[in-house]
Amino acid sequence: MFEFLADLIVYNMMGFNPTDAISESFHFFILDTSKIFFMLVLVIYLMGWFRSFVSAEKVRQYLKGKSKTVARIMAIFLGAVTPFCSCSSVPLFIGFVEAGIPLGVTFSFLIASPMINEIAVVMLLGIVGWKITLLYVTAGLVVAFVGGIVMERFKPERWVEDYVWKIQMGESQQLPEDNSYSARHRFASAEVKEIVGRIWKWVIIGVAAGAAFHGYFPQQWAEGLANQNNFWVVPSAVLMGIPLYSNAVGVIPLAEAMLIKGVAIGTTLAFMMSIAAMSLPELLILRKVIKWQALILFAGILAVAIIIVGWTFNFIM
Amino acid sequence: MINVKVLGSGCNNCQTTLKLIKEVADINAIEITLEKVEDMAEIMSYGVMSTPGVIINGKVAHAGGVPDKQTILGWFKSVCCPSDDNCC
Repeated sequence: MFEFLADLIVYNMMGFNPTDAISESFHFFILDTSKIFFMLVLVIYLMGWFRSFVSAEKVRQYLKGKSKTVARIMAIFLGAVTPFCSCSSVPLFIGFVEAGIPLGVTFSFLIASPMINEIAVVMLLGIVGWKITLLYVTAGLVVAFVGGIVMERFKPERWVEDYVWKIQMGESQQLPEDNSYSARHRFASAEVKEIVGRIWKWVIIGVAAGAAFHGYFPQQWAEGLANQNNFWVVPSAVLMGIPLYSNAVGVIPLAEAMLIKGVAIGTTLAFMMSIAAMSLPELLILRKVIKWQALILFAGILAVAIIIVGWTFNFIM
Repeated sequence: MINVKVLGSGCNNCQTTLKLIKEVADINAIEITLEKVEDMAEIMSYGVMSTPGVIINGKVAHAGGVPDKQTILGWFKSVCCPSDDNCC
């Protein structure tokens, strides 16, 4: 279907010659963007429907008093399905603390949330295929699960800002909820409009940059990164990823170019995870609720977990 | 007069929500007082964790994500005249 569309636009409507190199890459560009936009709209809409049933507030109620393992699995699942705006991480953190949900569980949530989301999954599926998507998601879930547990060992409670403990979460009456199909449809449509409206330019830039990188990704970098036997490749990929702030949308086409140039899968995954889950601005937002020590520890544990994932994949693939 | 509060830090979605509510009220000539709440303790006191949240006359109408215009109008109707569709 998308082949047909790209054929139609590039060759029939715009009159490009199918044998030209430029028309071929243009064809590729149209094919990729139309495929990705179609999937984005579909997936965000479906997730919007789903989300109209689940809210963070309901999950908090549900997690209250659950055993740690159950709570952690639920929290990671919630983190994966809600691409909450990073400005929500502070109230969410406080809300979880106030509900008596263990801090380690909250950290699991905070790892899973930026790393795995439907937009990343769609971009991965569209660009690098389902196998790597599955690897990425599985690795993300494992990192979130283990990262939270390790964090807990350090008793991070002592580093939570004092005022957080004092906040009392109130309960207010709710306006009667509109649970009709049309209300859910409107909610889902609003999500599509909001998210696609926000990221469409990044998708286009990302695909275009990915196409350009095929030709221009510096060969020396790629050769350095491609050397799997080098122990330090994965850690340096993770370090490189920290100051680079991008969401999944921007990083995936870059990852594709790295894979094509022969960079090992584990190194590429580690680089992507580091960019998506460890961004300085988002870490700094958390400074409002936890002290520096906890922040540095959190970043350290995350980095180590991602490095281990990278090594593991490089070793087994 | 309907009292509306938008809960949230200064993020983009909160600004958009504020703007949309103002628009809907203006178009439908509904009188509202619009207030933006940024204090974390106050936000949490409504039991809201996902921002932007919207409080209509002290009741939680919305938490998380940008609401659409029809939904906003729905809130206004449900507080001023739940039974009458044409009132506002």
